[in-house]
Amino acid sequence: MIEITDQPPDPQHLINLVSSDGAGAINTFIGTVREQTKGKRVIKLEYEAYEVMAVAEMQKIVDLARERWPIEKVAIHHRTGELMVGDLAVVIAVSTPHRLASFQACQFIIDTLKQTVPIWKKEVFEDGEVWVAAHP
Amino acid sequence: MKLKLLLFGVTKDIIGQSFYEIEVEEGAVVRDLKAALISRYPRFTDLASLMIAVNNQYAADEVILQHSDEIALIPPVSGG
Repeated sequence: MIEITDQPPDPQHLINLVSSDGAGAINTFIGTVREQTKGKRVIKLEYEAYEVMAVAEMQKIVDLARERWPIEKVAIHHRTGELMVGDLAVVIAVSTPHRLASFQACQFIIDTLKQTVPIWKKEVFEDGEVWVAAHP
Repeated sequence: MKLKLLLFGVTKDIIGQSFYEIEVEEGAVVRDLKAALISRYPRFTDLASLMIAVNNQYAADEVILQHSDEIALIPPVSGG
């Protein structure tokens, strides 16, 4: 399952989705909203996605991961819209026969997602706002 | 020919709207579109990167654009 919605991800739901009799490990990554960036207090984050392409790019990442690791199942849920400190922005769950591959595949998926998937976040501070990573 | 652009993230702020129509020469490629955008909105040169997606795929500078393409401006992504 690959999903982008404005609803909060439910980690247990994703874990259930990747459960498999062939799996000896399920690894999850949960990305959450941190209260500060470079010492500045974050009030909220606003996420937006180019949804059709973002889902397609996430599918490519999953396909690449499947070539490298013996993945049983993968589930990804990325949230969009307005998120407050502590909210879950993304949840990834990967099941594999043994634990090492689950760690590696899950890290590969989140690392690559951050580089290639067309999703953007704006940090809103008390005194302004900035699109993350937009400027060098 | 007229191209319709979808704008995301900081590119929406630079142009001031979510959609933008731009006139380019017939047979224009991605590189030409980028140059046309930069000449109208010099703030595009301040970005860490600017990719163009054509029909939901990242497109290289040489890709030829058609009036019917779905074209999106992809500033540096920051998901996760």
